[in-house]
Amino acid sequence: MIYRECGVFKANYRADMAIFPIPLDRWGVIIILFIAFVVVPFSASDYWLSSILIPFLVFSLAALGLNFLTGYAGQLSIGHAAFMAVGAYISLILYGRYEVPLLLSLLGGGLVTAAVGAVFGIPSLRIKGFYLAVSTLAAQFIIQWVLTHWEWISGGVFGTVDTPPMQVFGWPIDTPVKKYYLVLSVVVPLTIFGKNIVRGQLGRAWMAIRDMDVAAEIIGISLFWNKLLAFTVSSFYAGVAGGLITFTYYGAANIEAFNIMVSFHLLGMIIIGGMGSVLGSFFGGGFITLLPIFINQFAHAFGTVLKTDLLACLELILFGGLIIFFLIVEPYGLARLWRTGKDKLRLWPFPY
Amino acid sequence: MNKKNGNPMLQVEDIHITFGILKALNGVSLEIHKGEILAIIGPNGAGKTSLVNVINGVYHPSRGHIFFEDKDLTTLSHHHIASLGIARTFQNVALFKGMTVLDNIMVGRNLKMGSNFFSQGIYWGFAQKEEIRHRQEVERVIDWLEIEHIRKTPAGMLPYGLQKRVELGRALAAEPKLLLLDEPMAGMNLEEKEDIARFILDANEELGTTIALIEHDMGVVMDISDRVVVLDYGDKIGEGTPEEIRNNEKVIKAYLGTARQK
Repeated sequence: MIYRECGVFKANYRADMAIFPIPLDRWGVIIILFIAFVVVPFSASDYWLSSILIPFLVFSLAALGLNFLTGYAGQLSIGHAAFMAVGAYISLILYGRYEVPLLLSLLGGGLVTAAVGAVFGIPSLRIKGFYLAVSTLAAQFIIQWVLTHWEWISGGVFGTVDTPPMQVFGWPIDTPVKKYYLVLSVVVPLTIFGKNIVRGQLGRAWMAIRDMDVAAEIIGISLFWNKLLAFTVSSFYAGVAGGLITFTYYGAANIEAFNIMVSFHLLGMIIIGGMGSVLGSFFGGGFITLLPIFINQFAHAFGTVLKTDLLACLELILFGGLIIFFLIVEPYGLARLWRTGKDKLRLWPFPY
Repeated sequence: MNKKNGNPMLQVEDIHITFGILKALNGVSLEIHKGEILAIIGPNGAGKTSLVNVINGVYHPSRGHIFFEDKDLTTLSHHHIASLGIARTFQNVALFKGMTVLDNIMVGRNLKMGSNFFSQGIYWGFAQKEEIRHRQEVERVIDWLEIEHIRKTPAGMLPYGLQKRVELGRALAAEPKLLLLDEPMAGMNLEEKEDIARFILDANEELGTTIALIEHDMGVVMDISDRVVVLDYGDKIGEGTPEEIRNNEKVIKAYLGTARQK
């Protein structure tokens, strides 16, 4: 009874095609955006902003990018952290070395990554599924090697590139609050853009390829362009996310921050959050980045009782256990769980 | 209405396909005329599906040519052929299972839509207008196939009969000139068959779509088709109106069963 479509009449196709056809949803989104833009910066501590919310938002953006490729277009990639690394290095070099404005260098990092992603997307035209996954694994290692060994990029073997002081339109971005605003003002428009892409013609073409590529081709969807476009857009998002997280969180581009474990984390985010769902990317990003922190805090409450080594293992055990638990409860991810919950709420408290 | 005026819409000339040593099609020629319903029949393994596959470019023939409106299709890719106005359905339903019925049929209009990447991302403005315009067309198809109640259901959750119907809708949404139906009624009960037969006739009469269908149900074939082509082991053994086919010695022998000797 709280959440219902009753009384919501769609008089035209425009209303029916809205992202949030139900007024309560629209209000919910406005409230969340209000909290994100106004309430959080003034109430959250620096710790919360800089080491919880910023990585959460940025990794959600990267997961969203991977979701385009894997969740929507059905092309498995386990080299996505490498694409983040490309974005990180390129945007730092553009900003630090060539003094391109910050937002433009993030864009530049994204565009270069998109081009790199398109190149590594070419094998997808011939191979599918697990085999494609292995070829993207190759991308991970090739990119890592190039980034660490090409002197123009890192200035030497395994070099890191430090972030210079940041400013946007002359304003210095030095405090966590300002960094948070920077991240938020990149993530929100890109999320809206992505949602529009996936609900439109291109998103349908991607899903068609995912569900049955032969039929998609017969209908006139070019596999070549759409798969490459999926790789391009997906890598663009990864590149921007990589640049953002380097500027606002790591402070320096270092290849170790984008190793294969991060690729698996990203894949974990979209599997747990929900494949083929924009919202799911954020759920998954939240789950994977925030849960270890909460478990850590929780475990430390018992810090006096338990031994330290047990405590360290317990974190991982709990984390793994929760992943398995959620996957058993809802194999289609948290986004599906959310929708099921909403469907229940629609009838509550009179389910018959 | 004279259905046989002018050049044929589609001309299949001496098509050969071989898979290893198996000759799936062995020099088949046929013509499809504008506005007709052509049935392709034949026993299992006769090469019917191969013929449809070769027309819309899934297979390329090892010999022979196909002309659609005087354009040579033989070497074109599938999506190029689709853009010329040939749509099809599959023997085993080939819907996009994770997408809603609405989205499935919207995909059918893919070739008619053309907003670019950035206007789609920005959405408000050009892309939205285009979506609405095509949505109207799609709703017409949905309305016509009587599937309004399931438009937001994921296609994979529908019963088989409805899936077949949605697939027909997806093909029709592309507004094809030539529609190839590969066993549109396989596995259906009588009522569902009648529905589909009605939709096929309506599409032919109201939208003027030329239809070529493969079907095993002789009753349906004889009732709805203007002409029938019979294949057997990759050869064309008969062609003509349903009446002529019914009385064709070779066809009776190969397909309908040998006449009982006294």
